Amino acid sequence: MSRIKTVFASLKQQGKTALIPYITAGDPHPKFTVSLMHTLVEHGADMIELGVPFSDPMADGPVIQRASERALLHKVGLTVVLDMVKTFRQTDQATPIILMGYANPIEAVGAVAFADKAKAADVDGVITVDYPPEECGSFVKELQDRDIDPVFLLSPTTDAKRVELIVNQASGFVYYVSLKGVTGAANLDIVEVAGRVASIREQTNLPVGVGFGIRDAATAKATAAIADAVVVGSRMVLAIEGSNEANLLSNVANLMTELKTAVDAA
Amino acid sequence: MQLYDMPDARGHFGQYGGTFVAETLVEALEELRVMYEKYRHDPVFLAEYAYDLKHFVGRPSPIYHAKRLSDKVGGAQIYLKREDLNHTGAHKINNTIGQALLAKRMGKPRVIAETGAGQHGVATATIAARLGLECVVYMGSEDVKRQAPNVFRMKLLGATVVPVESGSKTLKDALNEAMRDWVTNVHNTFYIIGTVAGPHPYPMMVRDFQAIIGIEAKQQMMEMVGRQPEAVVACVGGGSNAMGIFYPYIDVPNVRLIGVEAAGLGMETGKHAAPLTANSAVGVLHGNRTYLMQDADGNIIETHSISAGLDYPGVGPEHAWLKDIKRAEYVAVTDDEAMAAFHNLCRTEGIIPALESSHGLAYAEKLAKTMSKDKIILVNLSGRGDKDINTVAKLANISL
Ligand SMILES: Cc1ncc(COP(=O)(O)O)c(C=O)c1O
Repeated sequence: MSRIKTVFASLKQQGKTALIPYITAGDPHPKFTVSLMHTLVEHGADMIELGVPFSDPMADGPVIQRASERALLHKVGLTVVLDMVKTFRQTDQATPIILMGYANPIEAVGAVAFADKAKAADVDGVITVDYPPEECGSFVKELQDRDIDPVFLLSPTTDAKRVELIVNQASGFVYYVSLKGVTGAANLDIVEVAGRVASIREQTNLPVGVGFGIRDAATAKATAAIADAVVVGSRMVLAIEGSNEANLLSNVANLMTELKTAVDAA
Repeated sequence: MQLYDMPDARGHFGQYGGTFVAETLVEALEELRVMYEKYRHDPVFLAEYAYDLKHFVGRPSPIYHAKRLSDKVGGAQIYLKREDLNHTGAHKINNTIGQALLAKRMGKPRVIAETGAGQHGVATATIAARLGLECVVYMGSEDVKRQAPNVFRMKLLGATVVPVESGSKTLKDALNEAMRDWVTNVHNTFYIIGTVAGPHPYPMMVRDFQAIIGIEAKQQMMEMVGRQPEAVVACVGGGSNAMGIFYPYIDVPNVRLIGVEAAGLGMETGKHAAPLTANSAVGVLHGNRTYLMQDADGNIIETHSISAGLDYPGVGPEHAWLKDIKRAEYVAVTDDEAMAAFHNLCRTEGIIPALESSHGLAYAEKLAKTMSKDKIILVNLSGRGDKDINTVAKLANISL
């Protein structure tokens, strides 16, 4: 059983919702990424979404764009990110790592070579923002052949027919983007999200994660009540951006603790 | 003979093109695809488009035999398709009118655009004013500084110009930002892309709206000289003016199609904007698969060209396809060669060309020298150089 499946199964038994923080690898500096990942886990991360920096993050708002730019200043590309995952795995073999990024860095390596390298680094899932199922060719199969879950996004504008198409390709979980717009926008409508999540559940048994627009304990709690996983991205990155070297880990730990308490209380 | 029929139903030109976008954009593109399919052959829509091209833009644009230039160069006769004479000064307006009319049909009161040199931004602001649409133009903050007169023109036309501070602060970043606006405001907003790039249906749709250039040229050449040219030459940034003039010629045998990219400081320096000529790696950017200037990690690298309109790290997917099937050839000329051709046309013909178009002219001069006097080269003079006089003056250390 994949790590992602294992985690969802065990949380389900406990009646809990997964908390999945997102950070961009290499932000604010590559030397912090692995310690940040461990800090996230120590303070309640059930899985980690690790962003692969890209020069043209078209689907991201300003906060995550800036994180990518900070990382790229230090030349953190896909190969470096995979090395970071390897280092993380030396002391944590349990927490699923999901890479999130864009198609071009993967194409630069090649789908097969990327899948091999991701497997070697012990990555558990991959979200490729601009690879809709119609365009990603054999990529899904290459990942699944290696027990890596291709995680797909669903949006408020995805109709039932496309949900069907997507859930047939996805494994691990599906990720419902809770608003129209880019990451970090600020207009989460929890009632609408609840309705959409319910209808997605009618079409798949895969766990449903919800992200984009979760910015504090209250929205995390409300989302946790209706989803199998809560993904917190821009808010996490803002905490990193607002920190200095001395308080980086403690600021992130505090935010995680606050979010974890909220998610567990749902 | 098998006639050229590209792209396929999902916007692929062989392995190029397609719809590589986030799920949040899929529905919007599908809506656009359906509406464009509905109207692209609709006689009423096409009549409205043709009316504006004639009465608002001033089409057909003439073809002009540049005799003195041809004599000076010595060799083939150089003819110019005068897109510089269009309202707003470039070919860009052909496309913005088509897309803006579609926006009206789709009931979208707000249009957005990306722009580099500002020509597409001006053309979008112009048609938005003409049709009473709200207009927001995204422009890299570096370009806002470099192209101040066009920024002012857009504002005069009632558009809001938003400087983009992310990434390299140039055209590609403006495109990213416009896409972000579009995902957020898709209910009331139409995104008018300025070149044959972006996700399907844009490369096809922009080509179709620009094909009027080649359709006219084919007819005009017959009227003027009773035959078609040996070669058609056009500059390639994203590739819209080139696709516009190439497309109607694809099935015409014995007409060479030559796209001219920007070699910047020289291909060997790496400081250029010529992904086709450099045989750059194929990748995915801005919703399509194409040749892309990128580093080993797949990050897009900065391009260089004296001409802001050619300063783009990718190229329209149909050009990638035409290169691979060898129906079109792609070459590049340097900043210096383009500048020389710019001055040459000013002095010999009394026409100030855009720096983009000067790249096409520079290559036409080189090619003409290798051909006899009875041969013909048709150059797409995609725009006029009024917008470039500050750049040219600065190079000559002249303050205006
Ligand atoms: C006059 C002119 N020619 C050419 C271009 C390049 O665009 P494309 O390759 O899409 O024709 C531009 C773009 O700004 C332009 O203004």
